[in-house]
Amino acid sequence: MGEDAESPKINHTFLRDYVTEADVISTVEFNQTGDLLATGDKGGRVVIFQRETESKGESDEPGETGDSGEYNVYSTFQSHEPDFDYLKSLEIEEKINKIRWLPQQNAAHFLLSTNDKTIKLWKVSERDKRPEGYNLKDEEGRLKAVSTITSLQVPVLKPTDLMVEVRPRRVFANGHTYHVNSISVNSDGETYLSADDLRINMWHLGITDRSFNIVDIKPANMEDLTEVITAAEFHPHHCHLFVYSSSKGTLRLCDMRASALCDKHTKLFEEPEDPGSRSFFSEIISSVSDVKFSHSGRYLLTRDYLTAKVWDLNMDKGPVETYQVHEYLRNKLCSLYENDCIFDKFECVWNSSDSVIMTGAYNSFFRMFDRETGRGVTLEAWRESSKPRAVLRTRRVYTGGKRRRGDVGVDSLDFTKKILHMAWHPSENIIAIAATNNLYIFQDRVNPETQAQ
Amino acid sequence: ITTNMECAVDAQSLISISLMKIHNSRTQRGGIKLHKNLLVSYVLRNARQVYIKEKYAEIYRMQQYEEVRTVCNEIQELNPLDLDSEDADDEDQARAACCGDETSLCHRGAAQPAVHVRAPSTLLGCCPFEDSSKESEPCEYRSCCMEASPVSHFDPFSADNIRHCNKTTVLDLDTHVVTTVENGYLHQDCCCDALQGGQGAQSPAKKRKGEFGGCVSEAEDVSDFTAARKRAKREDCSYSNPDYTETSNISNLISIFGSGFSGLLSRQADLEQICSKQALAGLGAWTRAIVAF
Repeated sequence: MGEDAESPKINHTFLRDYVTEADVISTVEFNQTGDLLATGDKGGRVVIFQRETESKGESDEPGETGDSGEYNVYSTFQSHEPDFDYLKSLEIEEKINKIRWLPQQNAAHFLLSTNDKTIKLWKVSERDKRPEGYNLKDEEGRLKAVSTITSLQVPVLKPTDLMVEVRPRRVFANGHTYHVNSISVNSDGETYLSADDLRINMWHLGITDRSFNIVDIKPANMEDLTEVITAAEFHPHHCHLFVYSSSKGTLRLCDMRASALCDKHTKLFEEPEDPGSRSFFSEIISSVSDVKFSHSGRYLLTRDYLTAKVWDLNMDKGPVETYQVHEYLRNKLCSLYENDCIFDKFECVWNSSDSVIMTGAYNSFFRMFDRETGRGVTLEAWRESSKPRAVLRTRRVYTGGKRRRGDVGVDSLDFTKKILHMAWHPSENIIAIAATNNLYIFQDRVNPETQAQ
Repeated sequence: ITTNMECAVDAQSLISISLMKIHNSRTQRGGIKLHKNLLVSYVLRNARQVYIKEKYAEIYRMQQYEEVRTVCNEIQELNPLDLDSEDADDEDQARAACCGDETSLCHRGAAQPAVHVRAPSTLLGCCPFEDSSKESEPCEYRSCCMEASPVSHFDPFSADNIRHCNKTTVLDLDTHVVTTVENGYLHQDCCCDALQGGQGAQSPAKKRKGEFGGCVSEAEDVSDFTAARKRAKREDCSYSNPDYTETSNISNLISIFGSGFSGLLSRQADLEQICSKQALAGLGAWTRAIVAF
């Protein structure tokens, strides 16, 4: 692996072994404005970052916007705790599988976070004033002796240091028998869906004791099980449409107007299997790990183990674009199966104008593909090579031909350093990459604003 | 499945790796991951298909049909439990060939030991039970019958007898309880893949029973895996050849997973017994056993 010259005093390699499992980031999500960025980790904690609006004096340049692009910690809270299902004698992990922000309606921010079983709605609000001048309590809150009160005063609100409060507002429990893998807020602003391996439920944000089951693919006899749901998402504009992906590599678009139970899809997106490439692991590598609607609502982006595909909602015969993320791993599927890497679930994201797609890989690499040219770049999220404000240089995995300096051989790839989770700012070219327990935020300084197409 | 394997790992290794994964998933935090286990079962199925195909090709290349048939006949007359004098290899070949031709049957039974017999219930007259006292461990004897098969020219017995005989009789030598299951379809040990047969009429409940020869010695819901475990035990005591025992253990495991996802969720409790130390410890000997086979 290409290595920058390290300071002789500091050697970070040993730190790798000391990463606490609980600190591993398991989800990353921007809110609708991009001012807030939430991360969830395996320990059940949520950390919210806020974008600084003050520009740093040093980097001020004429014409630069007020936003410095830096994100600082805004709030931290424990979302989920380890739980235990006594009936089944099963431990329920506290790992946060997904976070989704609600569209902002007032001064407070709301987000949904979920572990394997329970979804919670959190209210994030700021308090910068506090009432002072109570009659019965003193400044520390202790009750005053009544005899000392000689006059009445009206409490007034006085400015105080900013405090961020996070409170659970709803707990949506007992809706899922299997492990929840996705949540998605509907464009109607009132409902959201949650999907586990076999079922998808629709909830109303205000009602916690009921949910509607809208998809159920559990067979009557579990021995007949052939596929599970791997991801689900509402259409960004049409509140009656949603899509879900399966472990067989298919996508199903469902219209809730058609019937109450959407077991029958409105559209099935499937690419015929190439019989010549069949192997022991064909089923595993065709399982879709993530599905995302484009911002326009016209396209779908999916990720399976080796590729990322763009589908046109109007064409169900196959993807319109296929991007090879790390085709060089095709010969290594056996060992990747042995070390369980083949089960890694990579996410994929669109940029704000739907012209670029991004997904993660191994060795702290992540890839971006320009849809217009079809070309892809490989970038690295690694502390050693990312000094603040330095330009990311592109990386390359050596797969034959002329070997360039800095190329990484396939056998040198570190499969423990995987980029599974990532997010793209809704309107600007800012990306958040989760690399194990580290969060990297990169910004395109050259084109900070995405050009509207 | 193409034989163009992308790496050196072969079907047998993949099977054992997959079984280990399933076994380990039971103790993972957060409960069994349905998605992952489903994918592992696909690998298991794919590897099994390749393994069986390879085995079948190997067997088919061997002895002539008539020779096999002769050996098969000889075996039928023997006491099924008294096989120490037999050459394990011959038995396997004979039995495997007996069980049907490569196109229709015997997908799963290619590596089954010969303790079971493809005979109608009348063969119980051979009194194998009396030999139970010889055995150091309790074993289970099972006879089974084949349903009408499209290609039955391997069948050394009366065709009529076979076609109409659709019972499975099980003797549990622990309790000496004999149970006969009606309409149980093809026993997996019989190497007959019922999927080609008229299984459509079977109800799911019956199917589960029949699949393992209706190995019911106690209540109805004795799990399929308990049956397989007993089978495994029987093989241990019947054969002194440790390699052979381990092969049969692994073959049983393959049969269990024959229908894809069979029992991975519903029989969790018994999976541990199947993936016992015995079976897993013997995985290393598999290669030797297969070569000898």
